[in-house]
Amino acid sequence: MRDGAMAGSRSARTAVTHVVLIAGAVVMVGPFVWELLTSLKTFSETTHLPLTFLPHRWQWSNYVRVFEQLPFRQMFLNTVLMAAGRTLAQLVFCSLAAYAFARMRFPGNKLLFGLFLSVLMVPSQLFLIPQYVIIQDLGWVNTLQGLIVPGMFSAFGTFLLRQFFLALPHDVEEAARLDGANAFQIFLRIALPLARPGLLALTILTVLWSWNDLMYPLVVTTDPSAMPLSAGLATLQGEHFTDYSLLMAGSIMATAPMIVAFVVLQRHFIQGIAFTGAKG
Amino acid sequence: MAAVNSLARPRRARRPANRRPGRRPERMWAYLMVAPMTIGLSVFYLWPIAQTFYFSFTRSGPFGGHTWIGTANYRALVDEPSVFQSVANTLFYAVVQLAGIPLAVLLAALLNQRGLRGRSIYRLVYFLPVVTMPVAVAMLWRWMYNGDYGLINQLLSVVGIQGPHWASDPSVALYAVAAIGIWMALGYNMVIFLAGLQGIPTMYYEAAAMDGAGPARMFFRITVPLLSPSIFFATVLTVINSLQMFDLAYMMMSTPGAAAGTANPALPRVRTVSYLFYQKAFVEHDLGFGAAVAFVLLGFILAMTLIQFRLQRRWVHYA
Repeated sequence: MRDGAMAGSRSARTAVTHVVLIAGAVVMVGPFVWELLTSLKTFSETTHLPLTFLPHRWQWSNYVRVFEQLPFRQMFLNTVLMAAGRTLAQLVFCSLAAYAFARMRFPGNKLLFGLFLSVLMVPSQLFLIPQYVIIQDLGWVNTLQGLIVPGMFSAFGTFLLRQFFLALPHDVEEAARLDGANAFQIFLRIALPLARPGLLALTILTVLWSWNDLMYPLVVTTDPSAMPLSAGLATLQGEHFTDYSLLMAGSIMATAPMIVAFVVLQRHFIQGIAFTGAKG
Repeated sequence: MAAVNSLARPRRARRPANRRPGRRPERMWAYLMVAPMTIGLSVFYLWPIAQTFYFSFTRSGPFGGHTWIGTANYRALVDEPSVFQSVANTLFYAVVQLAGIPLAVLLAALLNQRGLRGRSIYRLVYFLPVVTMPVAVAMLWRWMYNGDYGLINQLLSVVGIQGPHWASDPSVALYAVAAIGIWMALGYNMVIFLAGLQGIPTMYYEAAAMDGAGPARMFFRITVPLLSPSIFFATVLTVINSLQMFDLAYMMMSTPGAAAGTANPALPRVRTVSYLFYQKAFVEHDLGFGAAVAFVLLGFILAMTLIQFRLQRRWVHYA
């Protein structure tokens, strides 16, 4: 009798749990569904009261209009190249520096690492004005290198990979050293392959932040065809303010790559992002 | 998530005795390996910090020259009402963001129940906004907040409420932006708490159940205290990130025709410190004033973080 009552209360509790979690999930997903439905309506349908839930006729042509009314293809390409350029450079530069900090001793390493950490702890607004001045002096406004180059260096990435290198066991590296390998060979052949989870985390985070960042691209680009998607969409909103079916179609295409990547690499995304804390 | 915990506290492995620090060839390799990053960070990050500090004491001419004007920018900061208002807005925004934390703790605790079905689907769904471009998120919410054709006012009208123009009514716009912020960060905070919950031994709950404690009592007496280090971590990060908020405010306030973000009547009540920084430095091209605002922001972040570390002794339990 008592067991039955307890099982009953437990299943009631599970039901309440699901009700709360599903209500929350509706709040999380609902806006995305509304975004998708709006992107498939006509302009007059989006501004007709009472609002209809489903589009009368599905306007796939809105997605084509995004390409016609914006340099969307170019913006997409800019975003991909910016994310790829920054990420590849960071993987190389961060892992080199990180391994030296984790495993090698050299005069000045503490001071240098302290300087790196100070970059990590300061808000990005403190670099932005001089970065803009540098980009301007180099004539890099509205260029791909202007979008990429400062983002090739990261105190955060160095710190992240250093943690991974510190957690590696010493034995294999020591064996290689006894076999006559030099420090760089040990880094390249042994430590780097073992730190693959760290490299993956850094890749995910750098791509995601590059893809989503707004203030830096707004500052170093003024020409829409030189902008990445974030700055481009912000500009699109300024110009096509009321045409929400167009805006929604554009933003779905701009966000889809990160959402697909997240769904595929879910566990890695969550672990990487949970480790990091502050953005940027 | 165990990996995350081990990362946070790196184990420093024992250094083999035969490795003397800094042998010559190794030293050369070390310098070569740190060189690219050191040069890049110096040029694009470290030196700029010093330059920003210098700029904050100068006025920039239209052709790039910088004239030393002492503390005039900082004195102007104190006199300008938009600075005070944006500091108040930013603090308000940060405090409202903290309301998302108890919500995330509760949802994470529900999600962490043993044998719950669909856990990974829920986690996926709640985390979705974290990976979505903030620009797109703001655009989407602005559409839902639309006073005439927005989904939210449409739903409110069903129950007989006439909703305001959320994005342009000065008395509600900051709440509307803050709600988006909570929505975006919820999944992130939940993941932090799920990791923390995994570290709480189930025997505590079993013992409490034996003593006849109900779920609410267990939540407040076991879950919350033992999760307090994670809650502290999430609180510190939430405040640091909130104090720098830019994207959402910028996107909610931009208006057609005019230069982005100049004509929305709610702007003075939504403009954050970071927004003011952007506006002064890059829209009005007053680099010196912008630099001073950046240092105000740094001061605020340091002060708020310090306060939180001071307060932590009162409520955070480290096992």
